[in-house]
Amino acid sequence: MAAPTTTYTGKNNGNHRITEPAPVRWLLTAIALAFLALFLALPLAAVFSQAFAKGWETYLAALWEPDTLSSVKLTLITAAVAVPLNLVFGVIASWAIAKFTFPGKNLLITLIDLPFSVSPVISGLIYVLIFGRQGWLGPWLDAHDIKIVFAVPGIILATIFVTFPFIARELIPLMEAQGKDEEEAALVLGASGLQTFLRVTLPNIKWGIIYGVILCNARAMGEFGAVSVVSGHIRGSTNTVPLHVEILYNEYNYTAAFAVASLLALLALVTLVVKTVAEWKVQQQLERE
Amino acid sequence: MSIEIENIGKQFGSFTALDDINLSIPSGELVALLGPSGSGKTTLLRIIAGLETPDSGRIIFNGEDTTDRHVRERKVGFVFQHYALFKHMTVFDNVAFGLNVRPRDSRPSKSAIKEKVMELLRLVQLEGMAKRYPSQLSGGQRQRIALARALAVEPQVLLLDEPFGALDAQVRAELRRWLRRLHDEIHVTSVFVTHDQEEALEVADRIVVMNKGRIEQAGTPDQVYEHPANPFVLNFLGNVNLFHGRIPQPAQGERKTVSYVRSHDIDIDRSQQDSSSLSAEIRHIQKLGPSVRVTLTLASGEPIEAELTRDAFQNLGLQQGEQVYVRPRQVRVFVEDYQI
Repeated sequence: MAAPTTTYTGKNNGNHRITEPAPVRWLLTAIALAFLALFLALPLAAVFSQAFAKGWETYLAALWEPDTLSSVKLTLITAAVAVPLNLVFGVIASWAIAKFTFPGKNLLITLIDLPFSVSPVISGLIYVLIFGRQGWLGPWLDAHDIKIVFAVPGIILATIFVTFPFIARELIPLMEAQGKDEEEAALVLGASGLQTFLRVTLPNIKWGIIYGVILCNARAMGEFGAVSVVSGHIRGSTNTVPLHVEILYNEYNYTAAFAVASLLALLALVTLVVKTVAEWKVQQQLERE
Repeated sequence: MSIEIENIGKQFGSFTALDDINLSIPSGELVALLGPSGSGKTTLLRIIAGLETPDSGRIIFNGEDTTDRHVRERKVGFVFQHYALFKHMTVFDNVAFGLNVRPRDSRPSKSAIKEKVMELLRLVQLEGMAKRYPSQLSGGQRQRIALARALAVEPQVLLLDEPFGALDAQVRAELRRWLRRLHDEIHVTSVFVTHDQEEALEVADRIVVMNKGRIEQAGTPDQVYEHPANPFVLNFLGNVNLFHGRIPQPAQGERKTVSYVRSHDIDIDRSQQDSSSLSAEIRHIQKLGPSVRVTLTLASGEPIEAELTRDAFQNLGLQQGEQVYVRPRQVRVFVEDYQI
């Protein structure tokens, strides 16, 4: 009895495992971790340590400054307008793209991707060219006393443009992978289009939507390039949080700059956690096929 | 409810999915649409359901033109190949869905819905599963829930798209026998799509054999099996051998013919029986459970396949490489240009 057992284990003495030798595995893991520490963890830690360098009181005072508060308020307003609009658009566009065939579908997919391929600065410039004083609609807007560029509407428009693809890009592959069998089943069973969407489609894409919204929100609050072009940097009026950080930094007010930056860093951390949970839930939903 | 299909045509780009289909399905029958993939059978089923619109022709339910009626008003039950159960709902909510989405004035009360759902779960023998989610069921159970869900709205027509296609062989055989019994119980006009000839022969009252967007033959399982209208039907329903020959015809000289013999209609003997015996050499022997497939080559070099019962094979004691005689018991001759 013993002899065959010995030969058996002898044959499989780890020689046939499909993996790299231990030193190689350790080395690769170490390189990856070192890279992460150097480029991601260290800067993050630096932001917080600089922010708190002069203690809690200076930190809170820097945040409680009127210009900072107004920049936070403007950022929140911008995100509150841009994210819901892109949510509605993203859900409608991906529903149309994933569940129907129509002429111009590929063009629509390309257009959705456009903001990703254009530099944010150019995105901002587009709005200046259209709505600015020398722009196409400039004279008309001037005549009617409507201010878009160097005012809040311009910031919101530029943010909408830049964050346009996030939700649709997340939902299209998810909805395509789920197919339209369930929707067809609902229709055959007598459900209306709205009932089908609310009772069948929406629960299936719930976590995909949350994932898209959180990424869209992070970008909307953190956008610098496009907003910088259209904002005009008017303190206390058209400065968003990222723009305010830059101004404070340029004024050598490091503690305040890092204190405000820590708000964005905190947002990033929250985003990361919610994103991980949503990603995991989406994966689960796809595996439940 | 009877279904009339009149001159239905459907084109997908340059591909003709259905070409002038005419078919009448009497009330209460269980009809199989049988054909290879790409024959248009699923498209026809989806057109009957209203999930696809035909380019031409009419669909008539019980004498009433329903071609332009929306899928939600057709009162059909549809069972999908991959079940299409609502993943985020329990089995109970899945089955109740069709009743829950009705407008308030025609929606049954909560207790009536509950009673109906429980009755259907009993019918598909899954009473205990009401609180489970689809992901917790086996493939066969899921398909039975899909069937219960389709029946909940009391459809006038039940349409099944390759209902057993995604299941393993044993569950498939079990489920199709069960479907036959169920149909004998509830007698709703049913159409199911399949590419499995055995399934069609076993379950259906009538078989409609389709190929390249056309109907090749429609009839009872016996009719299509015993009296195939053309070589395609013959070939699709079972393994056949081809023999090429000629018929002398006074007007045009000779016409080419093709003779078809089903592989289980071939006898193998050790000695020449009569003039129809042909000498052949055994090339290959394949044992397939209850039957044995013997591949031979005729003296002319043409390959031929015979299927014997295991008993007959053992009685003969055939060996690979042996010289034997083959004799076709039943030959069907078609005079036409047809290539398999």
